[in-house]
Amino acid sequence: MIGNDRLAVRKTYKLYVNGAFPRSESGRTYEVTDAKGHFLANAARASRKDARDAVVAARGAFAKWSGATAYNRGQVLYRVAEVMEGRHAQFCEEVAAGEGLSASKARAAVDAAIDRWVWYAGWTDKLGAVLGGANPVAGPYFDFSTPEPTGVVAVLAPQQSSLLGLVSVLAPVLATGNTAVVVTSKDRPLPAVTLAEVLATSDVPGGVVNLLTGDAEELGTWLAEHADVDGIDLTGAPLNRAMEFEREAAGTIKRVVRPPATEPDWTADPGLTRMTPFLETKTVWHPIGL
Amino acid sequence: MTHVLDPDALSDDARALSVPLPPYRDVTRSDSAFRAFLHGLPGVDQVGAEARVAQLGTRSIKTTSKAWAIDTAISMVDLTTLEGADTPGKVRSLAAKAMRPDPTDPSCPRVAAVCVYGDLAGVAREALGDSGVHVAAVATAFPSGRASRAVKLADVRDAVQNGADEIDMVIDRGAFLSGRYLDVYEEIVAVKEACGEAHLKVILETGELVTLDNVRRASWIAMLAGGDFIKTSTGKVSPAATLPVGLVMLEAVRDFRVATGRQVGFKPAGGIRTTKDAVKHLVLINETVGRDWLDPGWFRFGASSLLNDLLLQRQKLRTGHYSGPDHVSVD
Amino acid sequence: MTAPTVPSQPSPFEYAPAPESRSIVDIAPSYGLFIDGEFVDGTGESFKTVNPATEEVLTEVASGSDADVDRAVRAARRAFEKTWGPMRPADRGKYLFRIARLLQERAREFAVLESLDNGKPIRESRDVDVPLAAAHFFYYAGWADKLDHVGLGTRPRPLGVAGQVIPWNFPLLMLAWKVAPALAAGNTVVLKPAETTPLTALLFAEVCRQADLPAGVVNIVTGAGETGRAVVEHDDVDKVAFTGSTDVGRSIARAVAGTRKKLTLELGGKAANIVFDDAPIDQAVEGIVQGIFFNQGHVCCAGSRLLVQESIHDEVIASLQRRIGTLRVGDPLDKNTDIGAINSAEQLARIRELSDIGEAEGAQRWQPACELPDRGFWYPPTIFTDVSPAHRIARDEIFGPVLSVLTFRTPDEAVAKANNTTYGLSAGIWSEKGSRILKIADQLRAGVVWANTFNKFDPTSPFGGYKQSGYGREGGRHGLAAYLEGAEQ
Repeated sequence: MIGNDRLAVRKTYKLYVNGAFPRSESGRTYEVTDAKGHFLANAARASRKDARDAVVAARGAFAKWSGATAYNRGQVLYRVAEVMEGRHAQFCEEVAAGEGLSASKARAAVDAAIDRWVWYAGWTDKLGAVLGGANPVAGPYFDFSTPEPTGVVAVLAPQQSSLLGLVSVLAPVLATGNTAVVVTSKDRPLPAVTLAEVLATSDVPGGVVNLLTGDAEELGTWLAEHADVDGIDLTGAPLNRAMEFEREAAGTIKRVVRPPATEPDWTADPGLTRMTPFLETKTVWHPIGL
Repeated sequence: MTHVLDPDALSDDARALSVPLPPYRDVTRSDSAFRAFLHGLPGVDQVGAEARVAQLGTRSIKTTSKAWAIDTAISMVDLTTLEGADTPGKVRSLAAKAMRPDPTDPSCPRVAAVCVYGDLAGVAREALGDSGVHVAAVATAFPSGRASRAVKLADVRDAVQNGADEIDMVIDRGAFLSGRYLDVYEEIVAVKEACGEAHLKVILETGELVTLDNVRRASWIAMLAGGDFIKTSTGKVSPAATLPVGLVMLEAVRDFRVATGRQVGFKPAGGIRTTKDAVKHLVLINETVGRDWLDPGWFRFGASSLLNDLLLQRQKLRTGHYSGPDHVSVD
Repeated sequence: MTAPTVPSQPSPFEYAPAPESRSIVDIAPSYGLFIDGEFVDGTGESFKTVNPATEEVLTEVASGSDADVDRAVRAARRAFEKTWGPMRPADRGKYLFRIARLLQERAREFAVLESLDNGKPIRESRDVDVPLAAAHFFYYAGWADKLDHVGLGTRPRPLGVAGQVIPWNFPLLMLAWKVAPALAAGNTVVLKPAETTPLTALLFAEVCRQADLPAGVVNIVTGAGETGRAVVEHDDVDKVAFTGSTDVGRSIARAVAGTRKKLTLELGGKAANIVFDDAPIDQAVEGIVQGIFFNQGHVCCAGSRLLVQESIHDEVIASLQRRIGTLRVGDPLDKNTDIGAINSAEQLARIRELSDIGEAEGAQRWQPACELPDRGFWYPPTIFTDVSPAHRIARDEIFGPVLSVLTFRTPDEAVAKANNTTYGLSAGIWSEKGSRILKIADQLRAGVVWANTFNKFDPTSPFGGYKQSGYGREGGRHGLAAYLEGAEQ
């Protein structure tokens, strides 16, 4: 980032809430270093109130996003991939620095992350056929089932894989029509903030995705307890707190994705496993008569 | 006998009658107003109506209730013969049966009426005398109704003159299905006038109207036009008196009385052959419109073979054992 | 005209009693637990189950202790590993077909027993509960050897031992909803029926024996909440399925937190039944009645909030009152009974309490004149008008024959009020306009939407809630996926 004789202009890394980039209302920041411990940036450390604001934003955006046509959602997600491609180099640098990867491995991770958006973009208008359908009930009724989004989903993103892992947990939540409040990797938040800039400049409506840099251990409790959160993905939760978060989530019967014992290989084909937990099935009956 | 009339020339009396009861005075002021009114009636969901009658069909009628139901049903029968081969002899034997359905049991009630073609109404009248059994005659170019209005009205007058005190007319289904509701209405008004003192039953021929929405609209046309009874069918078209049709027509007479204060009777006809069928209709009345209609003044069965099954069941209840066709009379 | 002779009998058409014969069922003086293919004594205290229509004690039933539950889970694990798991899928299917047929053969017996133990009218147990239970087994039987075609991932595997806890409102039917898909997917089960309605589950155990189902595949452990807790919390249970109250659902979700157990919950509801001014009114009135008075309103998906368009409110209420006046409340075994007994004294107390609160909060209570039997637990069909969305009777699940009537003016208001609940199990829409139905159905946050009908169920049709009405679906392919690993729901 540093040119030959020019002093670079550094970026201030902020939160992404309701389509805007606020600092944490708490005023807190924390130091982010690269894999070797060198200073990279100060990131905003989101607070309970930032989480609350993010949930309000996600709830506000839900009706429009879930009500958009599947074709439209697919195009919006594809657009995210397009815009990411334009920032390919920046993502590579950030991933390499944060995760300590070689340039080629970082590039592979960024490529995979972009391709994952494309993959999910293609899913939006297939889910109805794959997960829904007409039910041949024993009576004079037309009866059909359709998958519908759960609502506002809190996502504790993976701690290790700062971009591919993040996209792998976020894109399925969006593809299914949910809106998201994401707590990024605590130690490797920078690609997430850059992703926020991509989202802000693509066609994703404000509030559909809200990205909070900070500590999943701290924010997880507030999100798990929050009565206006409908589901929570605990993938990036600290293992010693996950059970507690799940218990808190039970208070309002949230849909919960439990954390894996170790972070999975994010390059593997995810199938439907990350979409179905945040889909509801709605079944509609109507008589057939003259 | 026939009278040649100008079909458009309603008498002053009929014009007065042709204005429906409040609050419906203005619904027949034009074709479009009438159409808007009829299409503004609540729709009928066929599946829901069928489910309702199926549920009522599970009512289990036992012992004293069953005895009451059978006697009530007998007293509600319009004992009918409507064949080209009908003769005075056939009508006389039917009349005899109508007055004493079970010759072995004087406690058996007589039926409500004998129903015949108009030319035989006189025979029926003579045979029935002052028994209290009514003479019903079908008219208006029964069963198709395809004749000029003049002929239909002449048909009615002829039947009344021959001694019928009840007229079973058919509506013009062609006019109904082509949306000429006012024509259907005015014809009923004219027939009502031609009936004079005779009671008018208006046959909708629901098997040709097909949908339950149409059944509801036709019921309202007939009631607004002054029909004393609405009747499902001629018996010449299938399906005839189905239970869902009965449900919708009973809802119509119920709602009409609530709105206007005038009670209209209901007569299912055609396809009701067994005691079980008859009891299902009685249950339907009981739970849809209530006891006010559980009376031959307000409810009739148009049937022929039904009576014998009612008599067999009646014998079974009385004697405790089953019987057979040789224990009731061949009609 | 002169009226023809009217029969001399009194004119009101009073139906004489038409009781279904009770002699078809043979209730033993006491029952043990069904574990590993045998009826065994429980080690806990036994408890009585009563006929809620008479308060007569029907029999004594064993209460499963922790040790009993452990024995049942071990039997289920053995069966999963040794017999049911390794069995050819087609043979598993054939056992389920057998069970379906046996349920049909013994349908009348099940119906009478269900009405005795639960208090529901025989018309419903005979025409709804038992035939649907058999249909569920028949439906899932066919899936057993087609799991690769569930359509969601290849070679799905069963989860292992399913611990299932079911409610008292549809005892046999809820058993079927749980047991049939679990077994079809290759799992074995430990099922705990509700404390007040254990008898049809025990008769089902007998059916399992008649079907020669291998020992341990189905284990039935009767008891109260503690027995259910032991099933849910047992370490060797892989899957928990629960139908019941949202409060208990919450505690179960907490109990399985941090474990490997998969969980599906089918919980409470407070469904809106929305009647637009262009509705087929007579059918809508039937649907309202069916929605709230079916099974005495002991239905999680009951249409307990009537949302009626203001312009037709008075007309609908008048029709509804007239219709409710024809409902026959009384002996559940009488074939003409429409509304039977409340299942327990406890439930009756809750219904009374919430109804009293409704009145105290200013809603207008209406009940038809109806004579209730002296003994047993009874509550007349009840409607509350002038209900505000803030009233408790508009928010809390009453689980009884009590309807709260609210009004709306526009479709948007209807949707907003319908969705204004923490529940999301079901909803109803009555309108003759197709496009409106589809629009409203789309906007309602509820798992089942009945348009121009209500309270219809079918084994092919997924059923389950949004929000705090639970998660997971029962019925159809979705219901099967809840018992498989590697397959999606």
